[in-house]
Amino acid sequence: MTTITAEPAAGEEISRRRPRRPRAARSRGSRIAYVYILPFFVVFAAFSVYPWLDTAWVSLHEVRLSTYDQHTWVGLANYRNLLSNHYFWNAFRNTVTLGIISAVPQLCVALGIAHLLNHKLRGRTFFRVAILMPYATSLAAATVIFLELFSPKTGIIDWALQTLHLPRVDWQGSKWPAQFAIASIVTWRWTGYNALIFLAGLQAVDQELYAAASVDGAGRWAKFRHVTLPGLRPTIIFAIIVSTIGSAQLFGEPLLYHGGLPDGGTQNQYQTLGLLMYQQGWTNDRLGLASATAWSMFVIILLAVVVNLLIARRRERRAAR
Amino acid sequence: MRLRGTRRRTAASMLALVTAGALSLAGCGSSSSDNSSDNAGGGSASAGPCGTTKPTTLTVGLYGTFGFKENGVWDAYKKACPNITIKEDDVEQSADYWTKLKTRLASGSGLDDVQGIEIGFVGDVVQNHANQFVNWNKVANAAADKAEFYDWKWSMASTADGSDTVGLGTDTGPQTMCYRSDLFKQAGLPTDTATLTKDFSTWDGYLALGKQYEASTTKPANSHFVDTVNSIFNAAVYQGTEAYDNTSNQPDVEKSDGVKNAWSIATQAAQDKLSAGLTQWVPDWNKAFSSGTFATVACPAWMMGYIQGQAGDAGSGKWAVAPVMPGGASNWGGSWLGVPTASKNQPAAIALVEWLSNKANQVTMWTAKAQGGHWPSNQQAAADPSVGQATSAYFGNAPVGKIYGQIAGSMKIPPIGQFDTQIQSLINAQLTNVETKGTSPDSAWSAALDAVKQVTG
Repeated sequence: MTTITAEPAAGEEISRRRPRRPRAARSRGSRIAYVYILPFFVVFAAFSVYPWLDTAWVSLHEVRLSTYDQHTWVGLANYRNLLSNHYFWNAFRNTVTLGIISAVPQLCVALGIAHLLNHKLRGRTFFRVAILMPYATSLAAATVIFLELFSPKTGIIDWALQTLHLPRVDWQGSKWPAQFAIASIVTWRWTGYNALIFLAGLQAVDQELYAAASVDGAGRWAKFRHVTLPGLRPTIIFAIIVSTIGSAQLFGEPLLYHGGLPDGGTQNQYQTLGLLMYQQGWTNDRLGLASATAWSMFVIILLAVVVNLLIARRRERRAAR
Repeated sequence: MRLRGTRRRTAASMLALVTAGALSLAGCGSSSSDNSSDNAGGGSASAGPCGTTKPTTLTVGLYGTFGFKENGVWDAYKKACPNITIKEDDVEQSADYWTKLKTRLASGSGLDDVQGIEIGFVGDVVQNHANQFVNWNKVANAAADKAEFYDWKWSMASTADGSDTVGLGTDTGPQTMCYRSDLFKQAGLPTDTATLTKDFSTWDGYLALGKQYEASTTKPANSHFVDTVNSIFNAAVYQGTEAYDNTSNQPDVEKSDGVKNAWSIATQAAQDKLSAGLTQWVPDWNKAFSSGTFATVACPAWMMGYIQGQAGDAGSGKWAVAPVMPGGASNWGGSWLGVPTASKNQPAAIALVEWLSNKANQVTMWTAKAQGGHWPSNQQAAADPSVGQATSAYFGNAPVGKIYGQIAGSMKIPPIGQFDTQIQSLINAQLTNVETKGTSPDSAWSAALDAVKQVTG
């Protein structure tokens, strides 16, 4: 968060102002603190840094899961393979489109809900808890329910369409309907969570600004645009970045949507990068290629976050001008 | 004062370090295996028929329904060996189970005392992990064990030179077709054994029946002849001299006669619109066993159990077993039980697996009341009169012992390969495109080969 708001870190600020204590005393005082934060860094090193480096190492080899002890050095061949691999680019495109059609409506709706829940209304606590329920539902359970709804043979949605004399839709086999169905699972699960984040941000907006706006004759919409949105900017940027990362790693929904098969539909119509990585490594046995995909995903996510930040900063600068 | 302060701080940081260490150790401590293990390893003669006389818990890793619990086999073992407690570690789908097992074999930890091995990955286990399983050629009863099984069953679980065998057989999958006799009657199709024996003897005859079914005006609306053309493909592919691998253990999808033949029959059925276009092993498919969405399904012996599970009591007398298999006798599926060398209870695990695969138990598995369709891989059991004479009340009193017995006795067994499971699922996806999306068989075929290359590398 400190990098996002682009303010100097709080710790620095304080230490600059405070008069320096003698060096020895300082180091003695912080020694216990280091010991207490050690477990986190031990776990972090074991479960993040080590796998991270090991994945990079494996991605430079031809390795199969079944014969894991036999590594053959192939240099960047796995990465070259990916660049010309249409399964990779298909998964990349699907990840982008699924990300857009799930994250954009999700954040917009969440913002609207947060705005409504910020008003005084009866049973506010109930609604605040209720919107978080989907987030607390297990992914598998949610996907199974949505599968039933969207089933082309026995689903209630196609039944409703038919009753209304509309054409039935193949929510499984056709590309865009299938992606829409998966995006709806994601949206359903995460909207409440984002609404809660936005709500927290909203409550930090100075109420006097609303009063002042009222005095200036601003209506609800004008207040939303000119007070709420600018006040929420850091929260919105945070939510966008978190959902960008989440979208890029989309995995469980498309896996379960095809009955647990990692191919993302018979025409790979909703295969994501995360799913492709799993298919390459655990179904197709090719750990080297899967590791290369993992690292490519890491770079792609990093680029996406940097682009997000650059856009946010440019807008900020323009607003400041 | 100062000195004391420092010392107290040192003590405090030591304490913190110990606390931190204890916290991180607690995470690792609980995963070690059961307490009362017998570390004999080689198997001592004095340990008796149960492999050990000490109280021992054996974990058994399985997938799907092996039926040991359902058919009372575990209870029987509890009586024979009261000191042994059996704990099943179940995964529903064999593909998920294999992923898990592969990971555990690669890391060499987390393995159960007994692991189920399915035909879809026994090739991989034999080729890459034979040294991680007890070699059944080297156990005390090796010769007697080997004599029990169909030769092909034993050699599928053995290395090419036959020196290393990773598991003892449980069931096998002699296959025919199952059909809904009530829907056949309703659609005006023949239901008498003599005519069906003739019609079901070739794939052409089967497809002709299908066309007749689809053209019928009296069949239920939304009902189709076969669940999916994958039912046809997966059954027919093992009728070739090759399935997915050639005789030298190399994936050979493009040139395999089994694949070519099965592909042409399946795409023919798709273009004749004989299928309901369902995906196997998903809820929609499961429901269709009772709803009548399809009238036939490929029926390896074990499918009898699956049908009863899905169609329930209401399906009794509706489903029937075809007297012959179109295109010739062949096998789909079947399993083995292996004992990882990492097991700390090897002698007890070996004793259990030998007991499970003996004649009496394999006879029980087939003739038990539940009739889960576990056709014996133990040939002495298969030859037992009670097995051959078994009929199934659920399947309209069909002489299932005779039908599956004849098929099991004359099966052609193509070589199996390391990637059979993966290749089959990729080809199935493309056949689904042909039957539901109208993809041309030619472009589906090249997409299938393209996808297979992602596996074989």
